[in-house]
Amino acid sequence: MTPGMTGDTPRPNDLMGLTDSEYDLAVDIMGRVPNHTELGIFSVMWSEHCSYKSSKKWLKKLPTEADWVICGPGENAGIIDIGGGKAAVFKMESHNHPSFIEPYQGAATGVGGILRDVFTMGARPVANLNALRFGHPDHEKTRHLVAGVVAGVGGYGNCIGVPTVGGECTFHESYNGNNLVNAMTVGVADADRIFYSAAAGLGNPVIYAGSKTGRDGIHGATMASAEFDDDSDAKRPTVQVGDPFTEKLLLEACLELMATDAIVAIQDMGAAGLTCSSVEMVDKGGLGIELDLDAVPRRETGMSPYEVMLSESQERMLMVIHQGREDVARDIFEKWGIDFAIVGKLTDTGRMVLVADGEVVSDIPVTPLVDASPEYDRRWTPSLPPAPLDGDALKPPDSIGDSLLTLLASPDICGKRWVWEQYDHMVMADTVQRPGGDAAVVRIHGSNRGLAMTTDCTPRYCAADPHMGGAQAVAESFRNLTATGARPLAVTDCLNFGSPENSHVMGQFIGCTEGISEACIALDMPVVSGNVSFYNETNGSAVQPTPAIGAVGLIDDLDRTATTALTNPGDRLVLIGDTAGHLGASLYAREVHRTEAGAPPPVDLGAERRNGDFVRGLIAAGQVTVCHDLSDGGLLVAVAEMCLAGDLGATLEARPADA
Amino acid sequence: MKSAVIVFPGSNCDRDIQVALRASTGHEPAMVWHDDSELPDTDLIALPGGFSYGDYLRSGAIAAHSRIMDDIVRRARDGTPVLAVCNGFQVAVEAGLLPGALLPNAGLNFVCHDVHLRTEQAGGLFAGHYQKGQVVRFTVAHHDGNYYIDDDGLAALEDNGQVAFRYCTPTGETGGEAGNGANPNGSRDDIAGIYNESKTVLGLMPHPERLADPRLGGDDGKAMFDSLVDALG
Repeated sequence: MTPGMTGDTPRPNDLMGLTDSEYDLAVDIMGRVPNHTELGIFSVMWSEHCSYKSSKKWLKKLPTEADWVICGPGENAGIIDIGGGKAAVFKMESHNHPSFIEPYQGAATGVGGILRDVFTMGARPVANLNALRFGHPDHEKTRHLVAGVVAGVGGYGNCIGVPTVGGECTFHESYNGNNLVNAMTVGVADADRIFYSAAAGLGNPVIYAGSKTGRDGIHGATMASAEFDDDSDAKRPTVQVGDPFTEKLLLEACLELMATDAIVAIQDMGAAGLTCSSVEMVDKGGLGIELDLDAVPRRETGMSPYEVMLSESQERMLMVIHQGREDVARDIFEKWGIDFAIVGKLTDTGRMVLVADGEVVSDIPVTPLVDASPEYDRRWTPSLPPAPLDGDALKPPDSIGDSLLTLLASPDICGKRWVWEQYDHMVMADTVQRPGGDAAVVRIHGSNRGLAMTTDCTPRYCAADPHMGGAQAVAESFRNLTATGARPLAVTDCLNFGSPENSHVMGQFIGCTEGISEACIALDMPVVSGNVSFYNETNGSAVQPTPAIGAVGLIDDLDRTATTALTNPGDRLVLIGDTAGHLGASLYAREVHRTEAGAPPPVDLGAERRNGDFVRGLIAAGQVTVCHDLSDGGLLVAVAEMCLAGDLGATLEARPADA
Repeated sequence: MKSAVIVFPGSNCDRDIQVALRASTGHEPAMVWHDDSELPDTDLIALPGGFSYGDYLRSGAIAAHSRIMDDIVRRARDGTPVLAVCNGFQVAVEAGLLPGALLPNAGLNFVCHDVHLRTEQAGGLFAGHYQKGQVVRFTVAHHDGNYYIDDDGLAALEDNGQVAFRYCTPTGETGGEAGNGANPNGSRDDIAGIYNESKTVLGLMPHPERLADPRLGGDDGKAMFDSLVDALG
């Protein structure tokens, strides 16, 4: 056989992102050369974005179980028991590549996609958070990207009416060519009314509901699985266009249908659209599916089967319902003005068969498409922790006051009111602690209990020491939840890195994942959902490793909480935990001394847990009502933030060195 | 007191106002679908906030032509009180229940934060629990809240005492339009809310229902719902 040949047929010139060996594997599975539509399906299903082929091996090591975990990774979102017959459903997901190409729509559809992941499972979304990383404020693209992303996040969340209550917004030149937009949604469901995606019931109809399918976002998942170069603007047609109004109608219609007994399984159409949703549903159910592509509602005429299957048009749901319940579903969707179509049925063939114009246009065995997807053990080199920064290397500042002002004015620490005031953070009338504190607190509707939520990551630390940085991100989320009085329960992770084909980047990924794992075990916060975003690099320059952690905790009594705002003159401030004078990789060193050198502060997970449990106990006992964690900028910035929040001052006493 | 909350496609503060009405009235409000042709027997009609029809045309413009609006306009003309908040205010203006127009915010951004309002008219159905000049704190959350009316219209509002609330500083000073920071959207003459001539329809950009519960940071808004209960039984 001639190299580059498969049987008698040469490989096509365009493998749609598949490698030569992946293409050959697809030919083996098919027993013939796949046609254009089939090749497109293999390409998106085996993209890094959908298959996790570089990360799977390492994600398996994350702790995912606890008594209160109802559903861990693998479904649309993670689910934890929060008592009172309720469950919290949440996940964080990246929309980095689209948001760089087209910031408004990229960010908006990121929010829309994560909302769908949560309400697909039967939960009403109650809060959104967003972890945003942009390039240097002086970079020519930053202002445009910030304005577009913030408007897009707000445009979607404000319209659909889910409050955006928290998140992060930081800046660093490593994001000049790749901003990060990580969107998190938290929903609340009845613990006994949760919906999953595994199809069941031979002959049951497959229902399509939501927006019509158009030519937007075709091959978006493949685009998100490659690095950028100078021509990335040409990829704009791969970005989806959001319609939050339709999503609001879809949300209400789905929740109304979920209150009936019509639904067997449900899956939103996100990355890889109709392809990924149908394949996942029938693979989990061990069945086959036949889809009539002519029945798929369309926005445009003349769409090919390839375009219909790979479109990432937003606000669409695929569901399997019980035979005979079609009219119940149709009535509800028509009431809400949502397109509804029966597009196929479940079969026992184990194959996904697509029919258009009465002809079979694609016929793929489902299980091999999923199970035989490539899994790579990428080469990696460990990052060696840098030497601790010699304290003497930094000349003490002439004026601590000036340093404080420099820090407070730095883009990472300065108030982000200008961002979150563009988000409706109070709609739904349950936001108890608004943005700006350590964690947001949202009341569980109709009760006196609340959910606390936060997103955290310090990429500087992860760049200096991936393992410590990963552990630190989890520890900070634990601390932020604790500072409100909440009991931390679980996390979702959104792992943003450069190219996994670069052994140094892969080493960063593995180090961060191991650190997250260690901290999650020590702090009893399992990982219940998450997402990996690789290829965040342009022309070979990668972002700082950014494993964003979204964490959720429970407050049993909203009368026993703490905020960061000082309230009573005369109150005493108490510092809990050791202060060892670490300045390595600190924001102070970066902003005042212009260096990011040194090792990050070590995380002592045992002390973290002891101190957290102690502080939480004081808050629950009503002895502490004001609390703030120490992070970027250390003690001085923390106290300044507490003063600013409460419009009060504080006097700090320097403790003698030998005390 | 019986109340009815209208649910348009894209309404998203319908539940919030339902909760506030339930708390003050002690009765379950009727949730009325936009495509119904007739309202139930009710003492108050509430037009809630949100993004009716996505506000993809002019805010409130499409909702103003919903089937239920004919009956709402008829009842309002017959004297049934209407509380129109945020998107509801935009709908009420588009439906001709109130004069003027709501333009995009002067800053062109969505704004969400607490605002202070000076009570310009005390008493009546809605402000029975407020004193004239009293400063109350509500919340705004809108993109198109910049109230505009021409000179003659403004003079008529003033002459008839139809200006209900003005944006002000915490100590009650207006002048935000001129730049003291109190006016969040550039509204003419700092107008935050207006009445119709008979003062039975109140249109308001800020949300009283969002600060009607001390747990959420304040309950100045609750006094408006309590006032309605006192007036309407």
